[in-house]
Amino acid sequence: MRNPQLNANGELTHLLTLEGLPAEVIRRILDTAVPFTSIGERDVKKVPLLRGRSVFNLFFENSTRTRTTFEIAAKRLSADVINLNIGASSTTKGETLLDTVDNLVAMNADMFVVRHSQSGAPHLIAAHLNRTGRTHVHVVNAGDGRHAHPTQGLLDLFTIRHYKKDFTGLTVAIVGDILHSRVARSLIHGLTTMGTTEVRAVGPQTLLPTAVESLGVRVCHDLRAGLVGCDVVVMLRLQNERMKGALLPSAGEFFKHYGLTPEKLALAKPDAIVMHPGPMNRGVEIDSAVADGDHAVILPQVTFGIAVRMAVMSMVAGN
Amino acid sequence: MNGFNGTADGLRGAQREAVAGLPDAGTALAELIERMKGAVAFDAKFVGIYSGGAWLAERLAEAIPGNHPVGYIDASFYRDDYARKGLKPEVHATRLPFEIEGATIVLVDDVLYTGRSVRAAINELFDYGRPASIELAVLVDRGGRELPIEATYVGARLVVARELSVVLSRAADGTLALATETSSESRHA
Repeated sequence: MRNPQLNANGELTHLLTLEGLPAEVIRRILDTAVPFTSIGERDVKKVPLLRGRSVFNLFFENSTRTRTTFEIAAKRLSADVINLNIGASSTTKGETLLDTVDNLVAMNADMFVVRHSQSGAPHLIAAHLNRTGRTHVHVVNAGDGRHAHPTQGLLDLFTIRHYKKDFTGLTVAIVGDILHSRVARSLIHGLTTMGTTEVRAVGPQTLLPTAVESLGVRVCHDLRAGLVGCDVVVMLRLQNERMKGALLPSAGEFFKHYGLTPEKLALAKPDAIVMHPGPMNRGVEIDSAVADGDHAVILPQVTFGIAVRMAVMSMVAGN
Repeated sequence: MNGFNGTADGLRGAQREAVAGLPDAGTALAELIERMKGAVAFDAKFVGIYSGGAWLAERLAEAIPGNHPVGYIDASFYRDDYARKGLKPEVHATRLPFEIEGATIVLVDDVLYTGRSVRAAINELFDYGRPASIELAVLVDRGGRELPIEATYVGARLVVARELSVVLSRAADGTLALATETSSESRHA
């Protein structure tokens, strides 16, 4: 079966997941994002590429930050952006997901940016559009359940490549709550596809998915051991709101074992970079001295995120 | 030959016969430099359109008396064929390391054909500021305009069949060469 994200020519028409996306497609997204980074530095922060197109932000799960970055990206491409906070609307009246989509397509939507608490929802929408021959309408996954958050994974890859130039030879540690993190899943798929030498998953047993090794990562339960010799340290947010049951004794206890402090960071390479997808819990997974320190590239990640989303949107809408 | 609509000469370009076959790139560049010397403002800023125009802008800045800082433009985000062709595979970052507002700009491109790339480049320039003036220097003018755009300085004029595209290449030693290619039906031709 053909990858539902690609058209017959192998070009990106939807972005649903980094899993199974060919390295050359990922590389092209990263390359395309480079010229978009300079648009944000101009007085006129806009290019006319998506002029007249309608982008619908379809957020079935709240996220002000991600929605805003997609909105900025679409507006810098001159698209019209319509934000739908579906949680408070049609679905509560009983409309199905695909009926909602069909209604919006009837309003001449050109692109859906979808966030949903159910894994696979963006995939379902894309498959529905493909099946019904509406291939001019594109879907970008803005995070689905525990499954994927491909634009976050791409902006992480972009940030790593920006500072480290290449993926081969790199050791990357992903630290913390990997179990609940779609960010971690997307990043792991992206890093392995791009030929990263070593990817480590660091966290307590209770916060690592079962059989995480099958994704091609090395598991470490000890943060110090996991940091030794790293080029890149990716800290994940401790997702309190997703915690069901007692996976952890307390946030304080977590910080003691898995919080990144300057002293622990010293075990990584001297030029290591520290990343975090945000929002940060200072004093839970990361010490303020690290978050505000010289190794942190957390704010550049945010800036690059806009350019990467512009690249994704302009590529899918053109294919 | 078909595909040549007969264009007006550039503002300062002399009457010249369009040649059948390709001119030598070095000869065309020498001719272009001759035409620009003394005519281009002393402080004109040269903006090369990727990729061929960028190489030429660097050569012209060295050869033409005055102070000519070089910038680079890739107007892919301003092209009018995005809806038909999508984004081309390799987009360069536009780099204009000087103020556009009030500047005298010479846009530099390798081949002037439909005029659509130049239109896109002018649009992008205006998102950086309002230039005092914009001139256009091209290595070759192959006619076939689809927009009312003409070059101020032209290195050579030629007639080429519509199905051929004229491309400038640069060897490792910096030697420039012109060649024709059969325009493929590829989306990013």
